[in-house]
Amino acid sequence: MAAFPMGASTREAYGKALVELGRENPNIIVLDADLSSSTQTIAFGKEFPDRFINVGLAEQNLMGIAAGLAASGKTVFASTFAVFATSRCYDQVRVSIAQTHLNVKIVASHAGISVGEDGASHQAIEDLALMSALPGFTVVVPADEVETPQAIRAAANTEGPFYVRCGRPKAPVVYPPDYHFTLGQAVLMRAGADVTLVANGLMLAPALEAAAALERDGIDARVLSVPTVKPLDQEALVKAAVETGALVVAEEHLLHGGLGSRVAQVLAERRPVPISFVALRDTFGESGKPDELLAKYGLTAEEIRKAALATVRRKTT
Amino acid sequence: MSNPQAPAQLAKAGASASLEAAHISSLEELERIAKTLRRDIVTMIGRAASGHPGGSLSTVEILTSLFFNVMRHRPSEPKWPDRDRFILSKGHGAPALYSALAETGYFPMEWLSTLRRLGSPLQGHPDMNRVPGVEFSTGSLGQGLSVATGMALAARMDKRDYRVYALLSDGECQEGQTWEAAMFAGHHELDNLTVMVDANGCQLDGFICSILDLDPLPAKWKAFGWHTLEVDGHSISELLAALEEARSTKGVPTAIIAHTIKGKGVSFMENNNEFHGKAPSPEQVARALEELA
Ligand SMILES: Cc1ncc(C[n+]2csc(CCOP(=O)(O)OP(=O)(O)O)c2C)c(N)n1
Ligand SMILES: [Mg+2]
Repeated sequence: MAAFPMGASTREAYGKALVELGRENPNIIVLDADLSSSTQTIAFGKEFPDRFINVGLAEQNLMGIAAGLAASGKTVFASTFAVFATSRCYDQVRVSIAQTHLNVKIVASHAGISVGEDGASHQAIEDLALMSALPGFTVVVPADEVETPQAIRAAANTEGPFYVRCGRPKAPVVYPPDYHFTLGQAVLMRAGADVTLVANGLMLAPALEAAAALERDGIDARVLSVPTVKPLDQEALVKAAVETGALVVAEEHLLHGGLGSRVAQVLAERRPVPISFVALRDTFGESGKPDELLAKYGLTAEEIRKAALATVRRKTT
Repeated sequence: MSNPQAPAQLAKAGASASLEAAHISSLEELERIAKTLRRDIVTMIGRAASGHPGGSLSTVEILTSLFFNVMRHRPSEPKWPDRDRFILSKGHGAPALYSALAETGYFPMEWLSTLRRLGSPLQGHPDMNRVPGVEFSTGSLGQGLSVATGMALAARMDKRDYRVYALLSDGECQEGQTWEAAMFAGHHELDNLTVMVDANGCQLDGFICSILDLDPLPAKWKAFGWHTLEVDGHSISELLAALEEARSTKGVPTAIIAHTIKGKGVSFMENNNEFHGKAPSPEQVARALEELA
């Protein structure tokens, strides 16, 4: 089984990347809402106290201030936990940032059930649905310490509103050091002809592990990383559908409105093939250790493998 | 848990023919209970190796005053329609609430050692659908007062005389929604509603006064139409007097600003924001329990 070395969490990688960007670009302003020690924006705050503002426990105001700064020409990064960066202030994001198409980069940490013990109120499981629904938003889910800084850099250097989803736990390093992230592009992680496993973020490592396990089952699985959830790399997905004839999409998110839904929409229109989904099914999370929760809710390599076997059987030849 | 002389199941012990929880009036006894709550909190967070000790410990006298003296409630009948309602708006203080509920007999003491574990009713933040006595689910800060206001309004509509208590953190007074609710309750003269603010001066990233100052906090509540009191939030006698004044205040809701110390009772946690959201190690638990003996 492919084992990956453990790296930094994506939120730690974000914190580091911000400091680097801050050194290069004096126009970058960072805002946080009383979680800077968790989201890791604190490092930027220490080095650039004049360009960092902790707005306090006030997420709606956070987004409004971000919009005002962006409307005044700043590139603004606004961070808090994913639940509080999306649903807690959705209308402020919708009206003041999305409709206006401003240069606000919402980078949220603690997404998904891998938050662990804090439980349901702190586990964003619908954030991708919410943020992908907003016209003009770019949505990115990086997987590790190699990809995250590049995604953050792309966000800083691309006009318009972004949502970047980071996680709490340490993340296995799945990309080689020379990996090159391109916004809007899927990444072929492993070639294969029988089925394509599509994943991002925390689910990319289990997808790669599942592919290794499937090889022992006699199944040649392709693995496609899709860090940019919106806009989606349609061509890579259609190609996968044409060449492998079946897909499994794995994500640490609700079935509804996340990566899986978006992939299914594209393929339903352009190249219908059997697809299975490894995702949360109409449920909130709960307290527990991250690994226990991922196992309980079926977000594992083994579930991806089983889904792949079942999906391959549904192929019409 | 590590509380041999815990007043467990006090409700049953002290209850009259009715099922109502005992109203303990001895200050000494209440202070002993407060210490028990503190031991429960430290023990359960230590065992979970996860949780928020600082903001749990700062609420202990407030919860003791409410659950063991002031509130009218029936631990064996958590949904009794005439119960006083308590909403822990600052949901991360759950361990303190869980201890108060266990010690009054809402559920077995053993539950406390399952805090934050997979499958436990005692979630990291309170869940009303899993735990008897948890009046409302919280965790996203700043929402509890609106809910308490709705309950106070319902009491008036239903002509019931129960009272509603909401415990807010000072950090929550930075959320706009808190003031939307405060304005509403003032306008609607909800005198059956009492807010307690756990004013420990700290939020997650540091001191309130340096991040987003609330000063003058009592004047703000007053300006929103509330009768406003300030007390030492670790003085049970002051808390009881203030809560009595709240009960007898007619025509306006009452806000009690309780000045507290985050981490109160454990020397190395007091005013140490490191323990906002970090569990004590087993050695630290042992040291804390010695101090709380
Ligand atoms: C809406 C919302 N934003 C952020 C958080 C994360 N958070 C948990 S506790 C806390 C602040 C703690 O300070 P305070 O509210 O004063 O609580 P206390 O000092 O009583 O622990 C924050 C920001 C949250 N739970 N809810
Ligand atoms: Mg506080």
